[in-house]
Amino acid sequence: MRTIQQTVALRVRQDRWFQVFGVLCTLLGVATLCALLGNLMIDGLGRIDWGFLTSFPSRRWAEAGILAPLVGTLLVMLVTAAVAVPLGIAAGVYLEEYALKNRLTAIVEVNIANLAGVPSIIYGLMALGVFVYAFGFGHSILTAGLTLGCLILPIVIVATREALRTIPRSIREASYALGATKWETVRHHLLPYSTGGIATGIIIGLSRAIGETAPLVTIGALAYIAFLPDSPVTTEFPFVSFSWLGSDFTVLPMQMFNWVSRPDPAFQVNAAATGVVLIAITLTMNALAIVVRYRMRRSIKW
Amino acid sequence: MTVSDVAIQEAPARVDSRRRWRMFSDRFAAVLLCVAAMSSVAITCGIVAVLVFESIPFFAHVGLGTFLTDTEWIPLFANPRFGILPLVAGTLVTTVIALAVAMPVGTVIAIYLSEFAPHRLREILKPVLELLSAVPTVVYGYFALLFVTPLLQKVIPDLPTFNMLGAGIVMGIMIIPYVSSLSEDAMRGVPRLLREGAYAMGANKILTALKVVYPAALSGIGSSYVLGISRAVGETMIVAIAAGQQPNLTCNPTEQGATITAFIVQVSQGDLPHGTIGYQSIFAAGVVLFAMTLVFNIAGYRLRKRFREAY
Repeated sequence: MRTIQQTVALRVRQDRWFQVFGVLCTLLGVATLCALLGNLMIDGLGRIDWGFLTSFPSRRWAEAGILAPLVGTLLVMLVTAAVAVPLGIAAGVYLEEYALKNRLTAIVEVNIANLAGVPSIIYGLMALGVFVYAFGFGHSILTAGLTLGCLILPIVIVATREALRTIPRSIREASYALGATKWETVRHHLLPYSTGGIATGIIIGLSRAIGETAPLVTIGALAYIAFLPDSPVTTEFPFVSFSWLGSDFTVLPMQMFNWVSRPDPAFQVNAAATGVVLIAITLTMNALAIVVRYRMRRSIKW
Repeated sequence: MTVSDVAIQEAPARVDSRRRWRMFSDRFAAVLLCVAAMSSVAITCGIVAVLVFESIPFFAHVGLGTFLTDTEWIPLFANPRFGILPLVAGTLVTTVIALAVAMPVGTVIAIYLSEFAPHRLREILKPVLELLSAVPTVVYGYFALLFVTPLLQKVIPDLPTFNMLGAGIVMGIMIIPYVSSLSEDAMRGVPRLLREGAYAMGANKILTALKVVYPAALSGIGSSYVLGISRAVGETMIVAIAAGQQPNLTCNPTEQGATITAFIVQVSQGDLPHGTIGYQSIFAAGVVLFAMTLVFNIAGYRLRKRFREAY
């Protein structure tokens, strides 16, 4: 029979072993991330120079650059944010503050949970049917922005709701006690106090949208674009122009996909370089989101 | 009249109009917010409508029986065959491989982070792991094709350049944070009292984690698995780049194969005229994909709700 000391020693050993195992598993994730970043940088970092960032695509790999996808990504993100941010915040506020606990609300909630899990390529098919053919927007920046806006809408909604949920009831009651209407309470108190949480959600959502490829392939975005869309800012009155919305475009992940799919290994170097730029953008945005979340958690004490 | 008398006389009218404006803006805002909330329903309706209307002509032409039982998928050939089975097989093989990686590793990470890791370490590791799901999938595709597959070829020499094994493994790594993050939340939601009870009976940490905390958090952990499945089924770029685009009715992960998503990408890349059977076939494939993920998404939502209500 085992003595009690032996049993205790065994139990302590079990815990130790699992601890080692747990650290190893966690490290597997971290190590993969490092391998991925390292591999990409070794392949692509040497290719990035001023010429690569400011040239149009080319059939000769050494002359090709990513100017068009860089500008395309920026413009598409403008539209995406313009769609997802106001709609997402408004929907989040409605569901958290206004909605009655009834069947309709339950349906909307299941619907949002499902939308968050719908594969991105399905959004692409929806956009192909609705935006490209039914509305006649073509393969334009507008279509791409609307598609990605729909895609990240659930992320913004969920972030808004979670931020609102952390605000204590007493804040709302205090506002009502002073005679504020519901909308005034939302506008002057709830939204300002939840800015940090909402901003985190928006940044995470946009960083996801920047990396999305599949829905844009589906709407028929071209990979070879050797021109820039019209400038949104003009020298003549009224100084802003929206003709860029209808322009053809390409974005960074599309360009990378195109280069990865070519048999010539020289183009895969270009793909790696594009990947480095892409990952630098998305990781920076995620780091920013972490910083915002962290500072918010420190600054607000109810 | 003193100044205050004037103010009192004028006040009712001013207060009245201000009050009316405030009431109006309150109503107006409520309506606008409600419309915004309904936009998410509109998106779902849009998805369902497009999938149904664009695939009706396809099913009228092909027939549901052929679609579900034919063993070949060559919609763009001169003699087209429309059997979804090879695409479903590709999707299942890559999904199973991904889950074989993500479920065990994700669960162990979740147990470690929730029960063993010191607070500060957890606060660092969690965001770092979540970066794994922030990496764009096209970059993962590159990684699978040009790093993981060459690595695997050293172990399995006759592995083709495009194979489902490498793509599945990388997909699994991408899904790890979905599993670990949600599972950890679920386990941390288990009340301290249950753990204290186990400790009082002489259990160590790992026994407590496996026999008390894990079962207590099972519906939350289950929902993380189910959402992981849904991700894997819908993942597109990794398989489109690294698994090949040749529909292949096989269960052998060392061969190349096409998933439903990879097929949609492949067809969309070409210039397919609106209204042709090839164009309609991507919507038919989309219906199958949407149906598969819908089942998992709803199941995951139910499970998550149940674990939120449990304590």
